Amino acid sequence: MNGMSPIVQTVARFVKVFILLFGVYLTFTGHLTPGGGFAGGVVIGCLYILLTLAHGKSLSLTYFSSGAAHGLDSLGALMFLLVACLGLGLGGIFFANFLQKAYPGAEFSLLSAGTIPISNIAIGIKVASSLFLVFVVMAVARIIEKKDGGTDYKQDEEEE
Amino acid sequence: MGIELILIIILVFILLGAVIAVEIRDLLSAVISLGVVGFGLSIAFVFLQAPDLAIVQIAVEVVLLILLIRATIRREVRSTHAHINWPSLFLVVILCLGLVGFAYIALEELEFGAPAASKVEESPTNHYLRQGLTETGAANIVTSVILDYRAYDTLGEATVLFTAIIGALAILRGVARKKKGDK
Repeated sequence: MNGMSPIVQTVARFVKVFILLFGVYLTFTGHLTPGGGFAGGVVIGCLYILLTLAHGKSLSLTYFSSGAAHGLDSLGALMFLLVACLGLGLGGIFFANFLQKAYPGAEFSLLSAGTIPISNIAIGIKVASSLFLVFVVMAVARIIEKKDGGTDYKQDEEEE
Repeated sequence: MGIELILIIILVFILLGAVIAVEIRDLLSAVISLGVVGFGLSIAFVFLQAPDLAIVQIAVEVVLLILLIRATIRREVRSTHAHINWPSLFLVVILCLGLVGFAYIALEELEFGAPAASKVEESPTNHYLRQGLTETGAANIVTSVILDYRAYDTLGEATVLFTAIIGALAILRGVARKKKGDK
């Protein structure tokens, strides 16, 4: 998959920082304002999809390879599970908010609500890498039907 | 009355987009008019005071549209002769009548927009709304519900996403792996 026109590439170069910032903001302040890990993760995943569409898959995959996406996907899921198990170990209940009971932060401040921001970050990492993987699998790699009826999996390098 | 009027306008747009998406012949035009449904829904969420849902809806809608456009662009569609499928039409009519009846009964009991928890004093919803900030420390009640009170559901949702990715990667992977003995 090659890139798009220079207009799209220039605009993508300007807005990419703001999109990343917005995604991180949504993830980190999910316990204070609307948003949260899922929404922030989708926005960050959208950023990588935009870069892939604008500059072609080679640039996007050099900075965020699908192997790294696999790793981050699993890392986010394991982080979320770790928070849950720590709640079981330290708080007595699965998903107990042990940090809030031990160190209650000031209300409406960034460092409050105990384990909720950590869970938000874990879900954000997971959703961002998952969406990028979905895009890579469904749009960049393409299934090509063979002549003899079987199917072949092929990266569409020469097609477009 | 103001919100209901706005909602009716948005719903008419959504219905128009959905009907056009089903009836139009060109696949790309169908995908784009399907976008009206998603974006109209996110605007409706804003007017119904659910900004969390609106953000998620608009972001997911963008990703979905990009994927659908990438999947349908430059693809030939075989056209078939339309014929009316009477059993499914019957089912659709029954379902629509049931939905209208349910909405009528619900609006008889409750005012439009009033939560069902306003009828029951000791409901969990009232507990979350009153005690959510002091018990979890999160100012956003939605987050305190999905990541503290109902975190099991979020874990299940994350598991569903994870399983979906594993399945998609296994089916659509670029390189097939062979065992040593296989040909």
